[in-house]
Amino acid sequence: MMPDSVINVVLAGIGGQGVLKASDILSDAAFRAGYDVKKSEIHGMSQRGGSVSSDVRFGPEVFSPMVPPGCADFLVVLEETQVEPNRHRLHPEGVLIELSFLDKAKISNRKSLNVALLGVLSGYLDIEISFWLEAIRAGLPENLHEVNLTSFEIGRQAIGSMTRAD
Amino acid sequence: MIVPDRLLLSGNEAVALAARKAGVILGTGYPGTPSTEILEEFHRLGGRSQWAPNEKVALEVGLGASLAHSRVIVTMKHVGVNVAADPLFTAAYTGTPGALVVISADDPGMASSQNEQDNRHFAVAAGLPMLEPSSSQEAFDFTLAAIEISERWHLPVLLRMTTRVCHSKTIVHSLRTPHPASHPFFEEDIPSLVMIPAYARPAHRKLRARLADIAGWNETSPLNQIIEGDSGLGIITSGISYQHAREAAPGASFLKLGMTCPLPFDKIKTFVESVERCLVIEEGDPWLADAIRAEGIPVERKLHEFRFGELDVERVRRIIEGDATPAPPPPGGRPPQLCTGCPHRSVFEILRDLHCIVAGDIGCYTLGVLPPFQAMDTCVCMGASIGVGLGLRHALPPEEARRVVSVIGDSTFVHSGLTGLVEMVYNRPETGHVVIILDNGTTAMTGLQEHPGTGRTLEHSPTGKVNFEEFARSLGIGRVQTMDPTRDPASFEKALVENLQSDDLVLMIARKPCLLAASKIREYERAAQELMACDCAHGEN
Ligand SMILES: Cc1ncc(C[n+]2csc(CCOP(=O)(O)OP(=O)(O)O)c2C)c(N)n1
Ligand code: SF4
Repeated sequence: MMPDSVINVVLAGIGGQGVLKASDILSDAAFRAGYDVKKSEIHGMSQRGGSVSSDVRFGPEVFSPMVPPGCADFLVVLEETQVEPNRHRLHPEGVLIELSFLDKAKISNRKSLNVALLGVLSGYLDIEISFWLEAIRAGLPENLHEVNLTSFEIGRQAIGSMTRAD
Repeated sequence: MIVPDRLLLSGNEAVALAARKAGVILGTGYPGTPSTEILEEFHRLGGRSQWAPNEKVALEVGLGASLAHSRVIVTMKHVGVNVAADPLFTAAYTGTPGALVVISADDPGMASSQNEQDNRHFAVAAGLPMLEPSSSQEAFDFTLAAIEISERWHLPVLLRMTTRVCHSKTIVHSLRTPHPASHPFFEEDIPSLVMIPAYARPAHRKLRARLADIAGWNETSPLNQIIEGDSGLGIITSGISYQHAREAAPGASFLKLGMTCPLPFDKIKTFVESVERCLVIEEGDPWLADAIRAEGIPVERKLHEFRFGELDVERVRRIIEGDATPAPPPPGGRPPQLCTGCPHRSVFEILRDLHCIVAGDIGCYTLGVLPPFQAMDTCVCMGASIGVGLGLRHALPPEEARRVVSVIGDSTFVHSGLTGLVEMVYNRPETGHVVIILDNGTTAMTGLQEHPGTGRTLEHSPTGKVNFEEFARSLGIGRVQTMDPTRDPASFEKALVENLQSDDLVLMIARKPCLLAASKIREYERAAQELMACDCAHGEN
């Protein structure tokens, strides 16, 4: 079932943490699910360590590629220090998804935290699991498939134990 | 090439795909955000892609190839067009029998640039047709349209993109196949191609006649679309602004312009007359509104505040409401910094500790301006470090002048530092001068591209290599010193102090690979050696 309005997701973190990879996987999953998708971010600087964020929007028809200020339905943050600088992007009723949602001890490879948070996000979105798995496989080299699919599953189960936002 | 019928592509990828499908024989350019990925993707798709030393050379090579009746794309960021402007303006006079598409990727809001110049002015100034895509689908379609317009009217065409069109991924679902390219050949046509005044005078008239003809065609061209809506509000727009505006005012009537030079004024006039209030929504300068108003067509221009930065849905809403109260600045994120372990760090620590006056340049190393270094005093455009440093040396009293150092990256040095070095030996300051090339073996800033100083082509295979030391010596620069500043910072500092006091002309090359590039560079070198060993083995047969 397609939601009749556009879903807005902002992913944020620090350069080198896989924010852009995560937004690629999310937009690919939504694309495979048949939605109109737009994804936008500022990139181009190589240096590591600066703030990075990426906007993904999907629905029946999307115009602007940028999530309008204060309109994010979901804000997914890969690093605690980046929560406050991005909080203004979240809709008052939007959902903040952060690392504290995860039992980090269960994630063997820290590099797959981005995909684990996508697992959490996936529980809220109307995108079939098969599209997520295809997007993860298509977006990552084969030797990383297993660890990322495991992290995704851990993230997906994490919300089972929490109250779901409506 | 087999491509699926629905793709999620960035605008840059869509341009590359269209160029490949059109049989473009050469893509050339110089890296620059947000344009860089076009040539990288064109190469990945099997097209011939080359990095030129700078945008001027890229455009000249592209023009030459198109003069052989072939299809060519030349890519650059907005400020690259400044560098390429000299051939650009006269290429509009010569025209071209092939297809020459010049892609200018503008950066409103300056996500990664030193200014936010609006390159739509270039189309008018040079007299070039200009197309402005607003999505990846249009990036694909308009690249093909640009090729067709270029071939039909024998003119270079400007494809003007912006950061959000280049880098946003959106769906491309219709992939038209263009008519096939012809085989390259050269036909002598001296009056068209040799721009002495006697031939250039009629060439200018020919250009204006061609533009008038294109303007007529553009009145009914499918590149411009009307979206009918409420007649209370009409919006004229183009490029990414269209996407924001459709969302901000879903009920309004729209005239979305795809070709913004030359403008279809009759179509615009009819549209304006069909609505009660007509507003022009555009990013950057009020260029479109002013052009329409100059024709005597009454349209509303956005408020001054919206000349700055990018537009988004919210800002477009405020333009429509006439609300110019400045938006609260977003909470600051963490600014980019030189990577931990970046080789540039050692040099900037030394420059800081020696209190040098540093004429800086553009690249990763521009971050030497931020704490904990704050060791850069000027940064204007690529290559300016050398000229600006020399100017300071000429003007300052000797004791002060001896503190001046020009600092430039390796890619930047090849791009536009070579002539600066020539200036240094030709108009030598009394106190001499010290130029430091920060040679990290790559164009790091824009994502680790090769350049003529690395000795590898765009696809990382070995080619001729510009040797900085030999170049400097050939100019007569006596002191040419190459050092790894990270291995022994103390000797680098000592050498720099001596050089500053020597009143000599000095080139110091701080050579140490970029941290992110080092392992890749080793891989390319290994591959090159294997290839050589293989060639030698064949040679013995
Ligand atoms: C005319 C122009 N073209 C391109 C750019 C984009 N750009 C800025 S710096 C740079 C090169 C950086 O490479 P280098 O000088 O080797 O320094 P590094 O980033 O490796 O430290 C490029 C391509 C620009 N600012 N101006
Ligand atoms: S990308 Fe390379 S040159 Fe740029 S800051 Fe990092 S290590 Fe330094």
